[in-house]
Amino acid sequence: MKIHEYQAKRLLAKYGVPIPRHHVALNPLDACMAAEALGTFPVVLKAQIHAGGRGKGGGVKLAHSLEEVESIALRMLGHKLVTPQTGPEGRTVHRLIVEEGLHIDRELYLSFLIDRSTSSPVLMASQAGGMEIEEVAAAAPEKILREVIDPVLGLQPYQARKVAFGLGFTGGQAATVVKILLALYRAFVESDASLIEINPFLLTKEGDFYALDAKVTLDDNALYRHPDYVELRDTREEEPLETEAAKYDLNYVKLDGNIGCMVNGAGLAMATMDIIKLSGGNPANFLDVGGGASQERVERAFRILLADPNVRAVLINIFGGIVRCDMVAAGVIAAARNLNVTLPIVVRLEGTNVEQGRALLEASGLNFTTTDGMKDAAEKVVALAAA
Amino acid sequence: MSILVNKATRLVVQGITGREGTFHARQMKDYGTNIVAGVTPNKGGTVHEGVPVFDTVAQAVAATGANVSVIYVPPAFGADAIMEAAEAGVSLIVCITEGIPTVDMMRAFDFVKKRGARLIGPNCPGVITPGECKVGIMPAHIHRPGRIGVVSRSGTLTYEAVHQLTQLGLGQSTCVGIGGDPIIGLRFIDVLRLFHDDPNTDAVVMIGEIGGTDEETAAAFVKTSMTKPVIGFVAGRTAPPGRRMGHAGAIIAGGKGTAAEKMEAMRAAGMRVVESPAEIGATVAEVIGHRA
Repeated sequence: MKIHEYQAKRLLAKYGVPIPRHHVALNPLDACMAAEALGTFPVVLKAQIHAGGRGKGGGVKLAHSLEEVESIALRMLGHKLVTPQTGPEGRTVHRLIVEEGLHIDRELYLSFLIDRSTSSPVLMASQAGGMEIEEVAAAAPEKILREVIDPVLGLQPYQARKVAFGLGFTGGQAATVVKILLALYRAFVESDASLIEINPFLLTKEGDFYALDAKVTLDDNALYRHPDYVELRDTREEEPLETEAAKYDLNYVKLDGNIGCMVNGAGLAMATMDIIKLSGGNPANFLDVGGGASQERVERAFRILLADPNVRAVLINIFGGIVRCDMVAAGVIAAARNLNVTLPIVVRLEGTNVEQGRALLEASGLNFTTTDGMKDAAEKVVALAAA
Repeated sequence: MSILVNKATRLVVQGITGREGTFHARQMKDYGTNIVAGVTPNKGGTVHEGVPVFDTVAQAVAATGANVSVIYVPPAFGADAIMEAAEAGVSLIVCITEGIPTVDMMRAFDFVKKRGARLIGPNCPGVITPGECKVGIMPAHIHRPGRIGVVSRSGTLTYEAVHQLTQLGLGQSTCVGIGGDPIIGLRFIDVLRLFHDDPNTDAVVMIGEIGGTDEETAAAFVKTSMTKPVIGFVAGRTAPPGRRMGHAGAIIAGGKGTAAEKMEAMRAAGMRVVESPAEIGATVAEVIGHRA
């Protein structure tokens, strides 16, 4: 689960990570009051959306007066912000933070994430703050410091010192950086984060350190033990159909094609999208209806994928396995009847009682096309979507 | 021979009295798997599905000589169940549970490694040696005994591939679902090593998906060390970056982990890469010169 910068900063502050003074603003008046409360100029206005690259898209602006604060807030709030990560449609800005402007001496990069290859958390740091870490990794990989952390023992002070010295700090400054790194690691583990990224991590001319930006992603699998995280979720940042699907525990990802897909299993669902593309079509979505593919779940899945107005035809690909195909077919038929589905539906069933399942579909009088294998199914649905 | 599980497997089912545990214990037993014990805390001393139930895995192992464990417990208890099995001394732990928090899994993985046990999963369909032993949730009837090894991060896509093989008369030595999570026990490379050393496996099908770099690591191993043909498929070439596709581990992050990269690494390693998921079985047949 992604959260906003202001939420991430609050979370980190609880662990003693220094963050700049700031206030959240929902409207231009709020923003002006926030600037007055900070009592200093310039201030920085930052659009709160889940996508990165905000600076490049005009979502981070400096204001030197209340008038400027107001005019920037007016231009940002309620408007779409397009960044390299939002896609051309952009995201609507509902909130700003108004933050004290700081005198930048050095900008660094810090992050904690899960390293899959070592099954451990890893700390990454670089002197090239403000740049995307992927760019640094491509241009100058030797500039990235990497500390693999023992998941049982946690980040050790010697590792934090290694990174602090590696970033070029000595004495009191190195000690402060060590303290901050240890605090960040504690936040990472205790909040069940899968990513904490501080970019830039700032050293001011006055010699103080701040997490100037903060990106935190939380492990969805661990949300059950953090009931307070419910309020951190901002469904306005999500595709509405995906939010709806999640309510029913369906895995749905909206794409931009016109062939709706309903598949059991994530791997098979991806493979189904791939074969549609190979057959010259474009999938409208990823949808894993789950192992059982019960009538209730099929019906909910239908509702979601048919709510996408781009869908011209539907491909249902169910590998029955332990579930019987005739039961799946009966569920599909009942769901299509209940919802009055008129679009062409290509059904590929495999597994136990596949013949009975096919017979039921063909006898239903509904707009079903039965198929033999994935390739046949993909070709048929592509032809129907183009018709 | 085969890998990981066979007729000598003595299985303990953790979470045997739950809904999933009950259903799949029955299915595994029907297939001929030798289930010697079940474990559910506070149900020790009872008998469930004809299987003696113990309070702890250690008791089950001591009383029955169980050497493999399969786990069907809710995600909040998954990592604990894995560690309990490793401590009890079983040599192979198969964790079916989906949704175990990553922090828990990293610690459990470390624990298992230090005790020298093997872990498959979590979030996986399990492992089957057709005709001998099924440990997991896969539909047994699609499998046939034979000489093709299958290793995959997916569930139903593996069934699809196995089904294609069986239709063409190509049986399987062992099929291993390694799981769709970012932190898993055995990875492609580990299972390929086992298949490489198994005299009863002639060729291997490896089914990857977007996310991580395990396919690339495995491809490098194929290039340097594997003499048997390995046929590869990678799901998710149409998946958008930055989006999690169902599996917790199936995500293209920071431009890394794309299907294109993985397929390229496989090709560079001399593997045969299947473009279409409908052609997995046919490609294996072609590579090993099998006629249906």
